[in-house]
Amino acid sequence: MDAKITARQVYKRYPSVDGGEITALEDFSLDVADGEFVCIVGPSGCGKSTFLRILAGLDTASAGSVTITPGADPRKPLNNVVFQEYAIFPWKTVLDNVAFGLEMRGVGKAEREATAREWIERVGLTKFAGYYPHQISGGMKQRVSIARALANDPEVLLMDEPLGALDAQTRKVLQQEFMRIWEETRKTVVYITHSIDEAVLLGDRVILMTAHPGRTKAVFAVDIPRPRSVESTALPAFSDLTYRIWQELEGEVVRAMGEEGQIKIEE
Amino acid sequence: MTRNTLLIALTLIAWNLLFFIAGWWQPLWWLGLGVGFALFIWLADEAGKTAPLRYQRTYEVGLAVAFPVLLLLAWELIARNEILNPRWFPPPTRIAAALWDLTIHYDTFNKTSMFGRPWLFPQTLAAEGWPAAWSLFTESHVLTTLWRVFAGFIIGVIPGIFVGMIMGMNRTVRTMLDGVMSAIYVLPKIAIFPIMMLVFANPFGEGPKIAVVAISAFFLVAINTMAGVRDIDPVYIQAGRNYGANRLQLFRHVILPGALPVIFAGLRLALGTALIVIVAIEFVRARKGVGFVTFYYWEVLVTEKMYAGLFVVMALGVLLTFSLQWLERRIMPWR
Repeated sequence: MDAKITARQVYKRYPSVDGGEITALEDFSLDVADGEFVCIVGPSGCGKSTFLRILAGLDTASAGSVTITPGADPRKPLNNVVFQEYAIFPWKTVLDNVAFGLEMRGVGKAEREATAREWIERVGLTKFAGYYPHQISGGMKQRVSIARALANDPEVLLMDEPLGALDAQTRKVLQQEFMRIWEETRKTVVYITHSIDEAVLLGDRVILMTAHPGRTKAVFAVDIPRPRSVESTALPAFSDLTYRIWQELEGEVVRAMGEEGQIKIEE
Repeated sequence: MTRNTLLIALTLIAWNLLFFIAGWWQPLWWLGLGVGFALFIWLADEAGKTAPLRYQRTYEVGLAVAFPVLLLLAWELIARNEILNPRWFPPPTRIAAALWDLTIHYDTFNKTSMFGRPWLFPQTLAAEGWPAAWSLFTESHVLTTLWRVFAGFIIGVIPGIFVGMIMGMNRTVRTMLDGVMSAIYVLPKIAIFPIMMLVFANPFGEGPKIAVVAISAFFLVAINTMAGVRDIDPVYIQAGRNYGANRLQLFRHVILPGALPVIFAGLRLALGTALIVIVAIEFVRARKGVGFVTFYYWEVLVTEKMYAGLFVVMALGVLLTFSLQWLERRIMPWR
C-alpha cells in the first residue's frame, strides 16, 4: 500500500526562557499507509501534539519534511483535526458547525446541509441539529467535532486526544461509536492519546514516544482482529500488548516526571 | 402563605399603625421607615422562599416593581410631612404633575415642548403639511436628546468597532495606538467639548455636541472590541484555518462572532456614557434637550420640573438599555 503520510527526520525546536533551545521533536520519522489507523502514545510533553500540529499545518517544523499525499479528487482537503477542546464554534448551531468545512470550500447550502445532516445522524445527534453547543453535553460536543471533520471528508483525519477531556464512561461509549464509524469509512487516522488501552483498542499500529526530546522509542503492531469492540479488551492479546507497551512507557513517564521536578527545583 | 409570612406581615402593619396613631412619624421618621423597610425585606424574602416554582417569575417581577414604588411612597410621606423641605424635595405626586404640565404645554419663549406634542401631529399634517408636522418633532426636548445620543453613538461606534478589530488582529497597529488610546480613554469627555466648539464652524450648533458623544462612544467601543478579539480562544482560529477558511471567512465566521459578546459589553457602556455626556453638555450649552430643561428649572428654582427632567433622563436610560438588550438577543441567539 502507498504511504499516505510521510514524515522524514522532523525536528521542532523552541527558544527557551533562558535563551537556549528546547527540542520538542528530534529525528522523528513516520510513514502511515492509506487507510491505516496509527496511534501515538507517550508521556506528557513528548511532542506528540506538536507533531500532529505540524502535520495539520498549524505549526512548522524546524527541520525535516512532512507530506500528505493528495487523493484522486484534488478538491478534497488533505487533513482535518479533531481537537481535544472540541473547538466547535459556540456561535454556530450543531448543523452549521458540521457543515463548516464544506461551507468554507464553497459547497452550496442545500448540498452541505444534506451532508451535514447525514453525519449528524451517524453520530446520533439528529434531534440536536438546531441546538447551540452550550445546550449540549461534552460528549455530544465531541461527537459534533468528529462529525465536522468527517463531513469535510479529508484525506487524513488527525485526532489530538479527542476523548481526553471526557469522563471514563462517556469515553468508552465514544470509543465504541468511533470504531463503528471508522469501520464504515476506513479513513487514514493519526490518533494522539494518553491511554494505552485506547491506543491498542483503536490502532493498527502504536507508536511509543520518549520525552525531552520527543522521538520514537518503539513501534507495536496491533494484531487484534477487526471489527473490534469493547469486548476485544477481554482478549489475552489485548492485555499482553498493553502490558508490553506499559513496560516500555513506565521508565519514560518516571524520567519525564523526574525532569519536570528538576526543572521546578532549578527555577 | 406560611404562618411565618403572615406573622411578619401583621408586624409590619402593626408597626405602621403604631407610628401613625402615636404621631411618631414626625419626630421618629427614620426609625419608622428603617424598621418598616427591614420588615418589608424580611417579608419579601420569606415570600420568595416559600412561593411555588411557577410563581417565582411573578415574584421577581412584582418585587422589581414594588420596591421602587415603595421608595416613591416613602419619599412622598417624608415630603408631605415636611421632614425634608418640599421646596427642594417635592413629593413625587407633585413631580408627576409637573411632568404632565411639561408634557402638555408648549414653551412659547423657547419654542419647545417636552415630548413634541404628538397628539397634534395628525391634524397638523393634514392642515399645514410636512414642514409644520416636522417642527413638532424638532421642538421636542426628548427627541432632541435622543437624536444627539443616537447620531453620536452611530458615528462613534462604527469606526470604533473597525479600529478595535484592526487593533485586535494586528500587533503593529495595537502597539502604536494602545498608549494613546489609554490616555484619551481616561479623559473626561466633557473636557474636550471646548475643543469641539473650536473645531466646528458653528460652535453652538449640533456639531460639537454630537462629536463629543461620538468620541466618547468611539474609545469605549474600540477598546472593548480589541479586548474581544484578543480574548478569542486561539483554538477557534486554528479550527477555522484547518477547515479551510480564508482571511475574509475567518473574520466573518470566527473573529467577528467570537468578539461580539465583548463588543456588546462595550456598546452598553458606550450607550450609558453617551447619555451622561449629552446631559452634561446640555447643562452647559444648549437651548434644547432634557439636560437643558433640567438645568433651566434648577436655575429658576422650579424644583418639581427639575426632578421631572431627571425622571425623563432615567426613563431614557432604561429605554435605551432595553433596546440594546433586545438587539443583543437578536444578534447573538447562542448566548
